[in-house]
Amino acid sequence: MIIAEKVSLKVGGKPILDEVSVQIPFAKVTAILGPNGAGKSTLLKCLTGVKRFDSGKITLNGQVIESYSLESLSRLRAVLSQSTPVDFPFTALEIVKMGRNPYSNESSPSQDDEIALQALEIVDALAMKNRIFPTLSGGEQQRVQLARVIAQLWGTERAYLFLDEPTSALDLKHQHQVLKFVVELATNRDMTIIIVLHDLNLALRYADHVVLLKDGRLFTSGETDKVLTAKNIESVFEVSIDSIFYQKGISLCD
Amino acid sequence: MTTIFNQFCYFFQSFKGKSPVLLLLAILLIISLIIAISIGATPINIATILYGQLTETQQSVLSVIRLPRVLLAMIVGASLAVSGAAMQGLFRNPLADPGLIGITSGAALAVGIMIVLIGPMPGTFGLYGLSVAAFVGGLLTSIIIFKISHLTGSFSVTYMLLAGIAINAMTGAGTGVLTYLSNDEQLRSLTFWTMGSLGGALWPAVIVAASVVIPSTLLLLKYAKQLNILLLGEQEAHYLGVDIHRLKLVVIMTTALSVGVAVAVSGIIGFVGLVVPHLIRLTLGPDHRLLIPASALLGAILLLIADTFARTVVSPAEMPVGIITSMIGGPFFLWLLMKQNGMRSNT
Repeated sequence: MIIAEKVSLKVGGKPILDEVSVQIPFAKVTAILGPNGAGKSTLLKCLTGVKRFDSGKITLNGQVIESYSLESLSRLRAVLSQSTPVDFPFTALEIVKMGRNPYSNESSPSQDDEIALQALEIVDALAMKNRIFPTLSGGEQQRVQLARVIAQLWGTERAYLFLDEPTSALDLKHQHQVLKFVVELATNRDMTIIIVLHDLNLALRYADHVVLLKDGRLFTSGETDKVLTAKNIESVFEVSIDSIFYQKGISLCD
Repeated sequence: MTTIFNQFCYFFQSFKGKSPVLLLLAILLIISLIIAISIGATPINIATILYGQLTETQQSVLSVIRLPRVLLAMIVGASLAVSGAAMQGLFRNPLADPGLIGITSGAALAVGIMIVLIGPMPGTFGLYGLSVAAFVGGLLTSIIIFKISHLTGSFSVTYMLLAGIAINAMTGAGTGVLTYLSNDEQLRSLTFWTMGSLGGALWPAVIVAASVVIPSTLLLLKYAKQLNILLLGEQEAHYLGVDIHRLKLVVIMTTALSVGVAVAVSGIIGFVGLVVPHLIRLTLGPDHRLLIPASALLGAILLLIADTFARTVVSPAEMPVGIITSMIGGPFFLWLLMKQNGMRSNT
């Protein structure tokens, strides 16, 4: 479990995060939502342990996050960002195998191969293992990157997976495809998922738990249907909405 | 000489069976080495070396002139190619070449300043002195280029290449000022450095270069896997447990050292660092664990061939080898630019 207590961060005198306290529940999908500039990505980066904050406290499995080494963090949590371009002709399998870097001392190359292949299979991308990564489409690349972070957390119990707007460059079909795999990781592999999203419909459909931020402050957090009410959305996003909540967000495929 | 032998032994041991291409490159290197030793103003038949039937002239040509020159060509070629491969990894872009982005000319300017202000520095210690100056010059330019190419927050190829143009222009102007300030002897040295030539190769140069290039290459080889991961992006590498600050420091320091010593012993020899890693990537893929040793071998082969050509084609005079590498490398770079553009519009 991750617990953040009164986390604050200022950049150039401007508060980016202001006493944000959240609890990320175990083996659930938690979405961080809010308008542009609310501090979503910054909060995510603080929770991953790479960004230092000014005051407050973040604990990961009961231990202060600063006390983890770079290596032990890399075995406990993985992060998938918005697609970053790779200009060099690695194969998809080579990219996934890079996820095994934290284990290069104890895991053999053949073990890594096997894990990488299984990870590719989970995201339904085994067929593209020998394809050149930069030539894949955006959706395919993101699936391979997802396989990479799965390979990174392979064999880790109570692992954490952070995703920073993983679907923002994808079309509707591939957004749903990637998020479905992510939800499966939480249910089948007990992974705790923390995901920054822009699209409220996606959050409604895939998140169990929502953290709603506004102007660097925690607006509210809790179970998705209790947090994402028309009233909350109107006051956080400052738009008037007609809520047409049927089932869970837009129904495209089941 | 034994150190160079050990270097190749190391390459063989760590990659035996992994890639026949490395073995092939090593055999090619040995063949070009034999050819390079045997041709020149005084032809030396390789069989006569083996049977110990050299004339006295041949013997002194071989040990004083030919051998150090051939070895220096190999070391400098390997150094430039490996630095190019490492820089391209650091900048995550296949166009980053130490010559193109101004690191080489920054190193050369520092050497020029040393020559004009302090005077020519003979011998091993002098060469180390020039190497240190070149290292400092190269290091400063690397840091400037790296900072400028990240001005927009994330890495920008445009900024990297434009910063390279600006730095090449400034160092060009600096070298111009130095030519005005210098006397005849200094002027000759300066011209030699800006053209790039292995003509002054003597044993001290070989020893100085080998003592820097071999450890730097081995160190980079140790970081090869981390360089692969860096290609995913700096943040991604960090999340995967790579200490990116240390990695960047190692790459910038070792390339500045290798480029620095190459400039100190042979001046500006362009495009080797661009062409060689690219050819290797085309055939072996981008994995730095193969790319670095293979670039070292191919760089050694290509510069050895280019230098043998340079010293024999207009014999008894000789052509600066930098002119030959630029004649081949310039069009290659243009081709690479067009190809990259084509790739982007296709995807």
